[in-house]
Amino acid sequence: MNSQSSTTLRWFPAFMATGALLLLAVLMLGVQLSTENTELVVYFAASERWNLILSGAVLVFLVQLFRNPISAFWQGAKKCNPLPQVQLPSLAGNKPLKPLLMSFAVAGLMVWPFFVSRGAVDLATLALIYVMLGLGLNVVVGLAGLLDLGYVGFYAVGAYSYALLSQYFGLDFWSCLLIGGVMAAFFGFILGFPVLRLRGDYLAIVTLGFGEIIRILLNNWTSITGGPNGISQIPKPTLFGLEFSRRAKEDGNVPFHEFFGIDYSSGYKVIFLYILALLLVLLTLYIINRLLRMPIGRAWEALREDDIACRSLGLNPTAIKLSAFTIGAAFAGFAGTFFAARQGFISPESFTFIESAIILAIVVLGGMGSQMGVILAAVIMTVLPEFAREFQEYRMLMFGLMMVLMMMWRPEGLMPIKRSHLKLKEHQSDKDDVSVNRQPIAESV
Amino acid sequence: MSQCLLEASDLSMRFGGLLAVDQMALKVGKGEIVSMIGPNGAGKTTVFNCLTGFYKPTVGKILFQGQAVEKLPGFKIARLGVVRTFQNVRLFKAMTVLENLLVAQHRHLNTGLLAGLFKTPSFRKSEAQAMERAAYWLDKIGLTEFANREAGNLAYGQQRRLEIARCMVTDPQLLMLDEPAAGLNPNETWELDKLISDLRKNHGVSVLLIEHDMKLVMEISDRIYVINQGRPLASGTPEAVRNHPGVIKAYLGES
Repeated sequence: MNSQSSTTLRWFPAFMATGALLLLAVLMLGVQLSTENTELVVYFAASERWNLILSGAVLVFLVQLFRNPISAFWQGAKKCNPLPQVQLPSLAGNKPLKPLLMSFAVAGLMVWPFFVSRGAVDLATLALIYVMLGLGLNVVVGLAGLLDLGYVGFYAVGAYSYALLSQYFGLDFWSCLLIGGVMAAFFGFILGFPVLRLRGDYLAIVTLGFGEIIRILLNNWTSITGGPNGISQIPKPTLFGLEFSRRAKEDGNVPFHEFFGIDYSSGYKVIFLYILALLLVLLTLYIINRLLRMPIGRAWEALREDDIACRSLGLNPTAIKLSAFTIGAAFAGFAGTFFAARQGFISPESFTFIESAIILAIVVLGGMGSQMGVILAAVIMTVLPEFAREFQEYRMLMFGLMMVLMMMWRPEGLMPIKRSHLKLKEHQSDKDDVSVNRQPIAESV
Repeated sequence: MSQCLLEASDLSMRFGGLLAVDQMALKVGKGEIVSMIGPNGAGKTTVFNCLTGFYKPTVGKILFQGQAVEKLPGFKIARLGVVRTFQNVRLFKAMTVLENLLVAQHRHLNTGLLAGLFKTPSFRKSEAQAMERAAYWLDKIGLTEFANREAGNLAYGQQRRLEIARCMVTDPQLLMLDEPAAGLNPNETWELDKLISDLRKNHGVSVLLIEHDMKLVMEISDRIYVINQGRPLASGTPEAVRNHPGVIKAYLGES
């Protein structure tokens, strides 16, 4: 906008805008058509409304008339602004809104179960379990690039750790959550140690075998695991010792509804489990997000890109792979423990190869390495089958079709990973020569 | 020659029936720039791979600062301070330029799991130092404005320079460059020449170089080894090598 037009008054646009406003406002706010008996009657609005319409029209007229001088004034004000023009993007990607949006989303997810049906909450809890599994496998497959087809084995380790420990030793959910994670991580470590020298397809086959070994072991070790009959009556999680059943199962425990003096409803338990799952997912997200910004997370990705270059720079590939495998397995262990607690009954049937395939599909569908993508894909993969129950027989067929279409349409996944942009030190820009200096350094693409 | 940094003697590498390297001997002194030249397929890169632990030499001894390294795995040799670039650039292509430089500093960083999860002060400090070092080298190779660009999207010459910077952030003693000028235009080669001299002068690094660009080699090398068909053919100052009849016959050609 040049300086000449900034001083001219805009008479024509001002009249046009005011006319349009009056026309619309009079018709929409000023008069009302109604029928009285059989006749059409026009009602006129009260006088104060007419005053409002008139003052609105005057305001619009004035603003339109003086728009150029006003905007010139604002731009002048901006130019005088002493704030530096160079803006460095923040580490979070230059979005101050992001944390706010995140907290709104989390609050919404927390409140949501109180307004919907029990079935929906139950389904959402299942979806959250898959989110957790997807995020865990994402570390192994998406970030470190190790194809793991036996991920369900670690899931089973977590679930059976809780089931067996509570059955034989009476341990409660909370301590078993930790133990289940540690046990799964331990199995990941033990398996990873000999196996991680293999690459690509060979690794996939060995991990596939591992998953099956765990399942078959659980199936046949009848004296301890109950074999195909599984383990039932696994206690539900408690909230600081408050149970969510009608009557306390253990002596000394008080049911939740009695403690708060409200009526018993089985819905509380479902909502509690949902919120617990949500918190676990949030914790998982936090940990993985931190890991990504830590040396270890960067090393995982570097290893996926080029392990020869990694070795040439002094990174120990075996240790890095092992850490990815172990940490990924730990998340499966957490998910497994929660799964056992939610179901109350587990059997080897729940840990077949198809589960591994589904979790892997979630990772691939969402976009390797992308957290948001994995969450989206996990929700799709668990919720869609519920809506398409009539097609249950064709489920695997549709599943395969979907994967093929995805590979053709978006081989990088629904939401491909976005690289985080890191900020260089501010004083660093001062050292550069002046021509580069005025550019925001870390802003590109 | 001052103090000896790397010394390989009687180095041989056999692949089945093929003797790729035969009784090669090599010395690199502290602060020296040493080049290896020879026709394609002469075994130069194989020597590199033996020295950096990617191959285990069939016979031979390699001493780095007096320590025998021929049996160590590659990453351990790298940790001692021997880092290399590759004939075909091996960057982490999907990662940003800056991340490439951060990954390289992995072993200098605070890699504690809990320290990172809770962002302890020592963790922040070590990350900040890594960033500073990365920023310094980015500035040095003139890639500051591309810091957040994916490495795979850089121009070829920039990728070459980034690969050198990625080696340098590890604070090496010996930098091994495998055909760093391949695919560069004359102007970029000239810049590379300046960069390598600067690295030696200001960062105390010794350089072992494989290169076909004779202008570059003759200009910056202190000594040159010529290899032909896996065997050492000649060695000495650029002047001596240039006039060596065997070298002219096998590699340089008569002009």
